[in-house]
Amino acid sequence: MSAFTEDELARIRADFPVLSRTVRDGRPLVYLDSGATAQKPWCVLDAEREYYSTHNAAVHRGAHQLAEEATEAFEGARATVARFIGARPDEVVFTKNGTEAINLVAYAMSNAGAPGAVEGADPEVAARLRLGPGDEIVVTEMEHHANLVPWQELARRTGATLRWIGVTDDGHLQDPTTVVGERTRILAFTQVSNVLGTLNDVAPLVAAARAVGALTLVDACQSVPHLPVDVTALGVDFLAFTGHKVIGPSGIGVLWGRPELLAAMPPFITGGSMIELVHMESSTYAPPPQRFEAGVPMAAQAVGLASAVDYLTELGMDRVHQHDTELTAYCLEQLAGRPWVRVVGPAAPADRVGAVAFTVEGIHPHDVGQVLDDRGIAVRTGHHCAWPLHRRLGIPASTRASFSVYTDRADIDAFVEALDTVPGVFGMTA
Amino acid sequence: MDLYGELILDHSKHPQHVGLREPFGAEVHHINPTCGDEVTLRVQVTDGVVRDVSYDAQGCSISIASTSVLAEETIGHPVSEALETYLAMRRMLTSRGTEAGDPEQIGDGVAFAGVSRYPARVKCALLGWTAFTDALARSGEDISVVSDTTHSRT
Ligand SMILES: Cc1ncc(COP(=O)(O)O)c(C=O)c1O
Repeated sequence: MSAFTEDELARIRADFPVLSRTVRDGRPLVYLDSGATAQKPWCVLDAEREYYSTHNAAVHRGAHQLAEEATEAFEGARATVARFIGARPDEVVFTKNGTEAINLVAYAMSNAGAPGAVEGADPEVAARLRLGPGDEIVVTEMEHHANLVPWQELARRTGATLRWIGVTDDGHLQDPTTVVGERTRILAFTQVSNVLGTLNDVAPLVAAARAVGALTLVDACQSVPHLPVDVTALGVDFLAFTGHKVIGPSGIGVLWGRPELLAAMPPFITGGSMIELVHMESSTYAPPPQRFEAGVPMAAQAVGLASAVDYLTELGMDRVHQHDTELTAYCLEQLAGRPWVRVVGPAAPADRVGAVAFTVEGIHPHDVGQVLDDRGIAVRTGHHCAWPLHRRLGIPASTRASFSVYTDRADIDAFVEALDTVPGVFGMTA
Repeated sequence: MDLYGELILDHSKHPQHVGLREPFGAEVHHINPTCGDEVTLRVQVTDGVVRDVSYDAQGCSISIASTSVLAEETIGHPVSEALETYLAMRRMLTSRGTEAGDPEQIGDGVAFAGVSRYPARVKCALLGWTAFTDALARSGEDISVVSDTTHSRT
């Protein structure tokens, strides 16, 4: 039985207004780029509008009723988002996006080495955050640049060494224990690859890091939109995701961290709203999560994100995951019948989430995307911010179809039908 | 689809003057970081005339074909003329479909008129050309006519 009945899926699609528009001379939009950013349901748009039209005020500032309501809306959103990932509200930090969430940890680690980084921090915990020459930061070869470049920079600033776990030909991670060792201080890895679609087995990665006392950060940008994610079950120390891929607004991301770690972390952006006491010479900081939320925060986006995760919770994340697996299986099946298409990543649908990237024999992905776009089909082409991974695969770029809750089989049918016209445009036979 | 006319397909399948040759006055390597397209391009100029443009390119059909047309339209021409051709190409490509391009001035470059309707592809079509002007500058040529304030929106 399908995750969603046809009626349910039709109702879901009706909740996303953009899906009813046309593109390129009246063609219905076939949106297969949800991995880049997902479309938004009415409830998210309404939640933001309602916030601005009735409660808008500066969160955590002001002594009036609106300020109270805005603060309540913002903190209520935090509680909702926390519940969605099995966390406590005070462990959830709102950031600008997933990229900033990862940078927050990387900068906390480089700032942790400065004298007096966090007044009164547990020295043992603070020591886990510090690193220097001889220490190692481990990532994987399938990371999005967002979970690679911040660690390269951290290595450069601290003198630590960056190492990585390789990717096998079939798109899985190599054995982490060959790279994670006594010198490893943090292991940062993605739960789901935005190119290969690979759903990484988190347990062995966490076990390898734990065995050597290293911290773990999971990039959950591509997993949170598609499957149930529970921070306790994962056993990681940090988890980052981005709002706009979870059918929420842009301009908001989430960092979850273990409370004892967050408590020992120095801030990365400083200013108003994150302080305890301020003197001309120096200041003390508020406890987490406020410590990491300097300035007036993105209250409307937080409210929108809470509405998005409520929408998904209502659908049921298990069903959302099943729906994604069905789409993946269907898409792989369709492409398998076309020998001129080479899919990258694992062969088994159960090992994949959210996306199917591929190359077409003899035709550059940009050209593939262009022909699809002409028929109203939105896919992504290029290296998808995972350039080293493409080098590893021996391809300069790829074309990616990616899914969300509103994606249906008809989208994939339209995509495959348009794909069949591609070789002909370039004078080849399909 | 009409973007991929005969000329573009021909040039992309059989790029003219392809390969890296000696002698050369300057060599540059340009990339389009959003899609990973790359071109290594060499120019050889003597007595104010472009004697050779040689290149090694990896990219979509638009960028390969455009670089091929570039070589065809500039080799054997005075630098000043080559820069005029570049300007005409750039004007057409950034016109959002309002300029068809003059075949007298840009030759097979007119085949790229359709590209200007797709802002995301303009960069592809200009990759080789901007590499070319950069290489000219590095080999000591004055390219101030193309680097004024009316820089393209790519
Ligand atoms: C796996 C992965 N990590 C991180 C990011 C970064 O998200 P954002 O650009 O919203 O910060 C993305 C998406 O762009 C992604 O796919």
